[in-house]
Amino acid sequence: MTASLNARNIVVVLVAAFLLLLPLYSQLSGNVFALTLFTRIVIFALAAVSLNLIMGYGGMMSFGHAAYLGIGGYAVGILAFEGIGSGFIQWPVALLASALFALVIGALSLRTRGVYFIMITLAFAQMAYYVASGLARYGGDDGLTIYKRSDFAGLIDLSSKMQLYYLCLACLFGGIYLVWRIVNSRFGLVVQGLRSNEARMQAVGFPATRYRLACFVIAGTICGLAGALLANNTDFVSPAVMYWTRSGDLMVMVILGGMGSLFGPVIGAIVYLVLEEFLSQLTEYWAMIMGPLLLLVVLFGRGGIMGMLGRPRRG
Amino acid sequence: MLLVVEQFLNGLQFGLLLFLLAAGLTLVFGIMDLVNLAHGSLYMMGAYFAATFVAWTGSFVFGIVLALGATLLLGIVLEFVALRHLYGRDHLDHVLATFGLILFFNDAVRLIWGPAGLALPLPAWLTVPVQIIPGVFYPAYRLAIIVVALAVALGLYLVVMRTRVGMLIRAGASNREMIGALGINIKLLYTLVFGLGAALAGLAGMMQAPILTVQIGMGENILILAFVIIVIGGIGSIRGAFLAAIFVGMIDTLGRAFLPDLLRKVLSSAAASTAAPAISSMLIYLLMAIVLVVRPEGLFPASKR
Repeated sequence: MTASLNARNIVVVLVAAFLLLLPLYSQLSGNVFALTLFTRIVIFALAAVSLNLIMGYGGMMSFGHAAYLGIGGYAVGILAFEGIGSGFIQWPVALLASALFALVIGALSLRTRGVYFIMITLAFAQMAYYVASGLARYGGDDGLTIYKRSDFAGLIDLSSKMQLYYLCLACLFGGIYLVWRIVNSRFGLVVQGLRSNEARMQAVGFPATRYRLACFVIAGTICGLAGALLANNTDFVSPAVMYWTRSGDLMVMVILGGMGSLFGPVIGAIVYLVLEEFLSQLTEYWAMIMGPLLLLVVLFGRGGIMGMLGRPRRG
Repeated sequence: MLLVVEQFLNGLQFGLLLFLLAAGLTLVFGIMDLVNLAHGSLYMMGAYFAATFVAWTGSFVFGIVLALGATLLLGIVLEFVALRHLYGRDHLDHVLATFGLILFFNDAVRLIWGPAGLALPLPAWLTVPVQIIPGVFYPAYRLAIIVVALAVALGLYLVVMRTRVGMLIRAGASNREMIGALGINIKLLYTLVFGLGAALAGLAGMMQAPILTVQIGMGENILILAFVIIVIGGIGSIRGAFLAAIFVGMIDTLGRAFLPDLLRKVLSSAAASTAAPAISSMLIYLLMAIVLVVRPEGLFPASKR
């Protein structure tokens, strides 16, 4: 990857700079809402980046990715409810639980291909959804309010909007860096090779399922982190986070931004959520505009926004 | 015993309703290879049309017939305007585009009919309980659903297996290039199949409407159930969809009816009543996961391609 001055790189740099400087603007103008909105956007961008790792690079179309948002969120919420407020315990548990869930459902789901894979990941996410609504002690359907955000022993104060935002942004950039490193590593190349031609990769001697599963677990773990952030941002976690339409939202963000491009999901998350916000202020019936817009993107904008900016999709 | 018979019939009724929804989905999936998430929206539109037309005409049967026609028309228009451009594209494109359609339909309904749900009242002749076996009464309306759905299932079977159109449909499912090459107007066939699927989904929606309320998003939960059914039954297989639908309807209904009592033996009453519906919903997804792991092509695969 040689950095050059093309439309894509300019957009990426501009967006990154915008995200970095946003709190400054919010501080100066007193526009707290922008910061709140973008905290949410950055968190969803992280989830979309993780989904892109398996969907864009691995060719694994998971329709149940929102499950990890819920698992990460519930790990934080349940531990807080039980009186364990330390983030040093909550967050590793959130990551571990997500990784474990990904390991189990990945091991089963990866036995299937294509549209069956879409459906089985959906089924597992719905199971997680129903488990969460069955947790009577933790609010069941109504969800669980988190009265105290994760405590990091004075290192970072999550009740400060700005500190939370920068933590989320750091996680996002960290996530992108991790995905970048993975994609360009030998491991990542094998996973991408499996997407392009599985039979050939297996003939060369790579165990397909093991590589895919490792990739699947990494993506799930990153999304679990996004879940922990989301729970801290909203002070609330409910089964609705895991509902299949949420997984659909994540897929839309990835495809809208450009599948298989490193920064695409971030752009997708920003465009999708800002558009949602903007249209909902314009009219109560914003989805009537958003829906056909998605259809048009599919019909005419192949490769998403990043695809429109040039450089053909890889693979 | 009484309760068992009643719940058994409820399960059968729900299963048949699911079949109507799943039949259209599996046809569209099997023949056009299109993942249509907006199928649940057609189910919802059917219910809204029925509630509106029944109120307008004052006649239940006439309103239902009008609503059926309206859903069929809507399906054809939808196919013509949007979905036909998606054939041959990636499944992911289908998911994204039809996800957009769900958003559109939900808000369109909110704009036209308002955010509050509608009720579809039953005429008097459908509300009386019917004695099915001595001492056991069952609501006439639910019985009517069973009869209508069975008739539709039979009709569908006859159309697909015994008519020329059905032959083309089956041929289209197993090799679409070939029947195109043989001079069949495949575009028209696709539009027809999609319209049929839409009408079936609408019928399921309008038959369910008097039992539940007609509301926004009513098609989303049940759509996923329909997907589960066609995956269990084998994509493109109507017979598979039928058996899987009955099976899933039974599990869901019987689970909801009897699990709470079973769970109360091991859990506290409150915990059992929260956990039971969750567990019975989970059972269905568990079943699907097991089927996919053991027999990824479904229990009754339509054809080997």
